[in-house]
Amino acid sequence: MRRSRRILEPEKDMQACGLFGVMDRSGRRFDGNIAIDAMKNMKVRGNGLGGGFSVYGPYPHYKDQYAIHVMYEGGNTDAKNRVEDFLHKNFEVVNEEEVPTNSDANVINPPLVWRYFVNPEKKGEEKKISDDDYVVAKVMDINTKIDDAFVFSSGKDMAVFKGVGFPEDIAEFFMLDELYKGYIWTGHSRFPTNTPGWWGGAHPFCILDWTVVHNGEISSYGTNRRYLEMYGYYCTLFTDTEVIAYAVDLLMRRQKLPIEVVSRIFAPPMWYLIEHMDERRKQLYTTLRRVYGPLLVNGPFTFIVAHHGEMFGLTDRIRLRPITAGEKADFIFMSSEEASIRAVSPDLDRIWTPHGGEPIIGRLWEDEKKKKKEQLILEQTFR
Amino acid sequence: MVSTSGAIKDMFLGEVRKIDELFRFIKIDGELAEIDATELKHKELNDLMRECIFKGAEKFVLKNVYGHRYIGTRLNISNPKRVQIDIYGTAGNDLGAFLNGHKIVVHGNAQDGVGNTMDDGEIIIEGRAGDVVAMSMRGGKIFIRDNVGYRTAIHMKEFENKVPVLVVGGTAQDFFGEYMAGGRVILLGLNLKENEAHKAHYIGTGMHGGIIYIRGKVEDYQLGREVGVLEPEKEDWKLIEENVRRFSDCFGFNSDDILSDKFIKLIPVSRRPYGKIYAY
Repeated sequence: MRRSRRILEPEKDMQACGLFGVMDRSGRRFDGNIAIDAMKNMKVRGNGLGGGFSVYGPYPHYKDQYAIHVMYEGGNTDAKNRVEDFLHKNFEVVNEEEVPTNSDANVINPPLVWRYFVNPEKKGEEKKISDDDYVVAKVMDINTKIDDAFVFSSGKDMAVFKGVGFPEDIAEFFMLDELYKGYIWTGHSRFPTNTPGWWGGAHPFCILDWTVVHNGEISSYGTNRRYLEMYGYYCTLFTDTEVIAYAVDLLMRRQKLPIEVVSRIFAPPMWYLIEHMDERRKQLYTTLRRVYGPLLVNGPFTFIVAHHGEMFGLTDRIRLRPITAGEKADFIFMSSEEASIRAVSPDLDRIWTPHGGEPIIGRLWEDEKKKKKEQLILEQTFR
Repeated sequence: MVSTSGAIKDMFLGEVRKIDELFRFIKIDGELAEIDATELKHKELNDLMRECIFKGAEKFVLKNVYGHRYIGTRLNISNPKRVQIDIYGTAGNDLGAFLNGHKIVVHGNAQDGVGNTMDDGEIIIEGRAGDVVAMSMRGGKIFIRDNVGYRTAIHMKEFENKVPVLVVGGTAQDFFGEYMAGGRVILLGLNLKENEAHKAHYIGTGMHGGIIYIRGKVEDYQLGREVGVLEPEKEDWKLIEENVRRFSDCFGFNSDDILSDKFIKLIPVSRRPYGKIYAY
């Protein structure tokens, strides 16, 4: 099936996607069963038109290479040849293989999925930009210039597995319970109503090692998208969630802002509440809203974003979509429903739901220590 | 530490089993029906409960509830008999929606939509609840020991002698009592520290009926512009006292301590706050 480039309306999730994230903050890796079982518990939140998972830490033997996962719609071998030519021209390809799948799994029209472990081979002018920026540009090239080829994920030592089906079907298709271990897993079940459920449109969305799973509807999609285009990010996957992946890459990787600040850019306090803050915070929030107005994310949303070392959950400022967080020793959980956390960890140390716009943050303990001082300053500022 | 056994089920409605296949999940002891919900989808659980009521059950104990939705909703039968439902685990969304007279006790937390459009009966939650608690509630009582989320009591209503009551022991998040059209809501703030204000902003935004009573500190700017602040009067204290005593009996608090503190009373300043917007 050739895809049409005319479908450009943002996705609208009228009902209730299901989100889940789990992280072992000590960095120990575990298999996909916790995330799969939690998603199964929330099966009613999806409708079988999209499911997916991200995992951090699955490729210890290739942890220094970018792991480019590419989906070929309809098994298009011409697209595959073109992508492989492109990759070999621009990268040193250390290994390439088809992503193993289980043909008995209950999925419809699965594409061909390959992964390539690559090192950038920058030439001429390209040597001035960082490896990460180079990879972003090449991913944008594949997504926009090669028909029927879409990059599922492009980070080091991480992967996204997604498609059309319930999350457990996708997990079975990619055999996530057996083949992979990671210290962060996020999961998504989709309930799309306005745009077709297709393999590339499932969550998580990914650029480099940033992944996003999202429940809701981004009314500011147009504004956010145009702003991001100025920085070289092009949305090609026909759903609103994509902008969040690019926005976190811009703000957190390139501009090095911490999530405590980024969450206030996406979901700033109302002007009315800013008016009642002390002078210092008033100035900070006003500045953030002025500088980053085009990245304010409007509409009902909850998303869980992950990258190496960190996972965070955020809702819109008036919380039109749910989130619950739980902790058990080294584990932190985030989910659309408390029940799905309890289903995989009945005896929690703590369970809570922050105010809309306040992030829930899970970080590796080792990074937490490093960030402690910086963290204290932030906490005082945002209290 | 983290286990994946026991509590996993597949709740999608596509493969709901017939009632005959479900009886093995019930243990019946006289008028008590104990149901193990571990392997049941939410519709199967509610089907079973409905069947049990027809067969004479007066009390339910539901074990291993992990997010099963609409519990208590479809027990709206013409028989005037009222049953008690004890839930162990985490009650799913829309617990007791349209409830008409039964009593539900959750030994744990509840999620979103507790008592949605509830008509009569009592819901007691020994823990916290999520967003839109008591949405459009029109009768009966809800007691929640800990905190509640956003939009509690949104569009709660009343008619003549039918006045719903909600008591929350902890604090609430934003839009508490939003668009409230009737009923009585009591927020106790028992888990606030000395001098700590309640968390909610936009309290009573769009409110045009009913009364909110709050114990604990609230700054003026946390209130919606449609509410006015008053001192509770004798009638108010009667209602507060009756319901705080019931709350304290449910969860083991000392009601005298709670009642000795200051309460404020919020009522709408207009019965039609948006009348000018819609009148042509």
